[in-house]
Amino acid sequence: MDATIQTTITVNGAAVTRTVPARQHLIDFLRETLGLTGSHVGCEHGVCGACTIRVDGEIVRGCLMLAVQAHGRRVDTIEGMSDSGELAELQRSFHEHNALQCGFCTPGMLLAAHDLVRTKPQATRAEIREYMAGNYCRCTGYHAIVDAVEEVLALRGGKP
Amino acid sequence: MKAPSFAYAKPRSLEEAFVLLRRTEDAKVLAGGQTLLATLNMRLSSPAVLVDITGVPGLDGIAVRGSVLRIGALTRHREIERSPEVAEHAPLLAAAAPHIAHVAIRNVGTIGGSLAHADPAAEWPACCVALDAEIVVAARAGERRVRAREFFKDLFDTALAPGELIAAVEFPLLGAAYRSAFLELARRHGDYAMIGVAAVAKPAAGALADVRLAFLGAGTTPVLACGAMAAAEGKKPSPEVIAAVQRALAQDLAPIGDLNAAPATKLHLARVLSGRALAQLAA
Amino acid sequence: MNARAELPLHAPGTQVDKGYIGQSVPRPNAKRLLQGRGAFVDDLRFPRLAHVVYFRSPYAHAKVKKLDLTKAARQPGVIACFDGRAVAEYCTPWVAVLGHLKGIKSAAQYAIAIERACWQGEAVAAIVAETREQGEDALAHVVAEWEELPVVTDMDDALAGRTVIHPDLGDNICFKREFDTGGVDDAFAGADVVVEETYVFGRHTGVCLEPRAILADYNAAEHSLTVYHSTQAPNMMQDIFSRHLGIPEGNVRVVCKDVGGSYGIKVHVYADEMATAAISVMLRRPVKFVADRLESFLTDIHAREHKAKIRLACTKAGEILAFDLDDLTAIGPYSVYPRTSGIEGNQVVNLTGGPYKHQKYRAKMHVVFTNKNVTCQYRAVGHPIAVALTEGIVDLAAAKIGMDPAEFRRRNLIADDAYPYTFPSGIKFEKLSHHQCLERLLALMDYEKLRAEQAALRRRGVQRGIGLAAMIEVTNPSPAFYGVGGARISAQDGATLRLEPTGMVTVLCSVTEQGQGTDGILAQIAASALGVTMEKVRVITGDTAVTPYGGGTWASRGAGIGGEAVLQAARALRSNILDVAAVVLEMDKAELDIVGNEVVNRLSLESKLALAEVGRIAYFRPDTLPLKFQSELTVTRHYTPREYGFTFTNGIQASYVEVDPDTGFVKLLKHWCVEDCGTVINPMLVDEQIRGGVVQGIGAALFEECVYDAAGQLLNGTLADYLVPMSGEMPDIVCAHVETPTKQSQLGAKGAGEAGTAGAPGAVMNAINDALAPLGARVTAQPFTPERILQALGKV
Repeated sequence: MDATIQTTITVNGAAVTRTVPARQHLIDFLRETLGLTGSHVGCEHGVCGACTIRVDGEIVRGCLMLAVQAHGRRVDTIEGMSDSGELAELQRSFHEHNALQCGFCTPGMLLAAHDLVRTKPQATRAEIREYMAGNYCRCTGYHAIVDAVEEVLALRGGKP
Repeated sequence: MKAPSFAYAKPRSLEEAFVLLRRTEDAKVLAGGQTLLATLNMRLSSPAVLVDITGVPGLDGIAVRGSVLRIGALTRHREIERSPEVAEHAPLLAAAAPHIAHVAIRNVGTIGGSLAHADPAAEWPACCVALDAEIVVAARAGERRVRAREFFKDLFDTALAPGELIAAVEFPLLGAAYRSAFLELARRHGDYAMIGVAAVAKPAAGALADVRLAFLGAGTTPVLACGAMAAAEGKKPSPEVIAAVQRALAQDLAPIGDLNAAPATKLHLARVLSGRALAQLAA
Repeated sequence: MNARAELPLHAPGTQVDKGYIGQSVPRPNAKRLLQGRGAFVDDLRFPRLAHVVYFRSPYAHAKVKKLDLTKAARQPGVIACFDGRAVAEYCTPWVAVLGHLKGIKSAAQYAIAIERACWQGEAVAAIVAETREQGEDALAHVVAEWEELPVVTDMDDALAGRTVIHPDLGDNICFKREFDTGGVDDAFAGADVVVEETYVFGRHTGVCLEPRAILADYNAAEHSLTVYHSTQAPNMMQDIFSRHLGIPEGNVRVVCKDVGGSYGIKVHVYADEMATAAISVMLRRPVKFVADRLESFLTDIHAREHKAKIRLACTKAGEILAFDLDDLTAIGPYSVYPRTSGIEGNQVVNLTGGPYKHQKYRAKMHVVFTNKNVTCQYRAVGHPIAVALTEGIVDLAAAKIGMDPAEFRRRNLIADDAYPYTFPSGIKFEKLSHHQCLERLLALMDYEKLRAEQAALRRRGVQRGIGLAAMIEVTNPSPAFYGVGGARISAQDGATLRLEPTGMVTVLCSVTEQGQGTDGILAQIAASALGVTMEKVRVITGDTAVTPYGGGTWASRGAGIGGEAVLQAARALRSNILDVAAVVLEMDKAELDIVGNEVVNRLSLESKLALAEVGRIAYFRPDTLPLKFQSELTVTRHYTPREYGFTFTNGIQASYVEVDPDTGFVKLLKHWCVEDCGTVINPMLVDEQIRGGVVQGIGAALFEECVYDAAGQLLNGTLADYLVPMSGEMPDIVCAHVETPTKQSQLGAKGAGEAGTAGAPGAVMNAINDALAPLGARVTAQPFTPERILQALGKV
């Protein structure tokens, strides 16, 4: 029972061990301790989705997970998923549709979109809107984001 | 907003969890943390220690056991949403799950956490009441069971004593003859319900038997609308029957006003949903 | 399914080169954002960086009787604590008034409040710590005693002035304005039809996903200050930091990194940001402040709290004769610096009735102080109110005479050949295209078919509504907006273009990027005017040490003003490059051109010399050029619009909704916008600005309101309680363009950034009321929540 805990997390494929304050959430750990500033903080109450990252293959709100809770688990961020190429189709489609403006929501939005493509490969436009409804964007009004995701689903022919 | 400082412990057994909870004044249980961590980030509470129970064995899993469907307390909302056993044996839960926040929250939040938190606008408490589920409580003294309909006492207040944990929820298997409907009105998809109803009944020759109507967002706890249920019991949901059901709701429900709606508005919406739910059950 | 804009490659009537103008080029600077490799202020790392948190008043109006920071100062990680008096020694206060808003008044505001807090959330102390966490921990150890003062929250109470917030000012009126063409009463007296309605607009706010962020870095050895600031107007901030902190202007550098959304929220001076800069000076080390989401709701400027009564007089044939307006708006306890909080109300007076050809107009407008958060310019400033008032009362008039709303507008919109035109409020239109846009909209949405569909569904009890909103919009402002009032806000902008030795081109420009695509369109313009391909162009904006002096991005001025400066600089650079090429090739300059990164024979397009070769020679081998020849491969041009105080644009929107009369819920089925912003540089970016703006407007119409109780407590200051639009409830938004270029510039571009927000609330309101009309119900108070709709229907 400690206020700081030695924690080992696999981040973007590399194991990282740090002594972490129990109260530090996973996004602050990634940003402040590891310098991975691609994941963003927008509210810290789990509503805006800017902090969406992937833990053990599932998307989560990084601000609602303590870093110590990620001990022994695999965390993937926008940086790792960009370098691995997993997001390439979505990134290209987002770029071509201008499905981002200021870019602050974009890492979280891409993580959520990637999860949709994986789990709902035949999503209709309405289902895309519903799936992405947990990620706030103030700039785009969502239409271009829906277009971009729809295009990737079509290119993949409805396959996960 | 950064959370205040606290210690963290992750027991590896129920016994260890009980010891930690008993030993520490001001300990809080951490399961999914989707409510607790938001609360801590806003400094609305300042516990001395978080006891992370996600490492305790035996609190997860979805399985049919005899005449019940048992869902472990640590089961994530998303697992319930995608479970074939739930789809078959408790379709009400499958219908309610997509209304819980968003996928990223459902991947982490647990049913035990939701029931222990007891927000009257949450989906699982009302579903448990509608399905007459039993909450399996783990305590140092042993296991005990509390009927869901007796579990929710007041706003954020349950029958759990300090140091107790929810181990599982057991839902009676109703059989294929039963139908369920889950209707919710929220300002935006995934928001807490303004009002909602978990409805179950067994249609028989157009009439509805064993009608259950449990409302969320209609009081300080989920509310089993007994007067409304009696008005619908054994009858076809004709316009006259629905009108009687809707009248009865005035006695069943004491909604609390909030920024979205005054009590009278919520009562009106509850009436609208009751009519729609009954029609859906009978369709 | 994805309706992209249909445009000619370049607009008729302008002198624009082809190239990338009019093409939907994806933005080069979006690539880093797509990989999470942008650099927002909170991403920056500095040695000895300290974090400041603010101790904020829990009361809407209270005297600080006691403030003891000694215990907080002893907490782990705390570096220093300051109150308002300490910071006032380093940062002078300000009063946000401007000379051209006659009679405007406000009280002095300090970087940290001294002795009295005037709204819940106003900062009264600063705690500087090694980490944000430690600063927040220390807040609990501040000892404060308060004496609560009477709170003014209701705008009518504020106007009546029983309690005056600033006794020295005499009343709570920040600004008032009256306007009268004369003849209004006669017009109403003689009219066949008079309609009147009062509309209420709920206060709301921008909710930028990146909260306000500032990192100030004072260098004591040089008495210089570098500020990394999430702001729209770096030169304006440079001037303000310089004057209020006593640091020579040239020693202040303001840098804009990536800005996570702004929409006007980040173009104002915030007391806590000034305090942060002052604290960096006081501590002689870098200091960062990032507002968290709860602070944002309490302290980011709010906007648009209005109650307005409007009357319209028309003939029975549907000709509008006059408008009469009485508008009351509540701001916070201070006018916001430096643009003042009087502009929004002023715009409502200027713009009401805007698209129409009536001649008589009277308006009365009051701006009153209250003990709620401060308010100031937020995207489309005043337009959403003016458009909703106008378009709402127009629909009411149309209904009263039994005329189709589109036809009513057709009869009253200023004719497309009536320009130049002076509107009754005094504003001048160069050339608008209301009719062309109306017809285009009706065709785009298949208006007749929708009306038929609506009628058929009504017979089955399904209530759908169609709402129109015509609008005019202020863009590309001259000093008429601020400069004439004494504000040091530049209405001109500059661009420096430099040919690099390898043939790349660097563009430095004083307009700024917050995601709308500024950097992208500047690259398009530069590349087109120079004759290079886009990947050769690098754009740098938002650094006062590097970019020319200018106004930044606001009031939809980036493309029209910054873009024009780039165009002119690019043309001049092209000429200078050809000067070098001509002497190198020993040819006549008139025979040469630049196409595809090469100097070519103008007629045959045969490549004569690569630009990289021009660079090599000019920079490294000028000894090979004629004795008297000097190359000039860096060019700067500045531009400001001169003929029109504001370059107006026009557009029209439509909303199609379905209202559930049992629940009061509104389903947005679809939305359309036809917009004329002159030369369209990048159709995709204009469409996306419109879409984002429309959704912001929809947010105000259906979801967003900053709710205060009578004690001035903000009741919904979290993202769970303040409802921003999310994708699940938003419609598809179809955009189309008409192009009427301005003749004030070579580029011909007007502004487009705010049009979506200007028209959407009015269109949605009209659609809801159209749906409710057969049920005898009408809504006039935004946001149009389910409860309000049920109340209008008499169901609750």
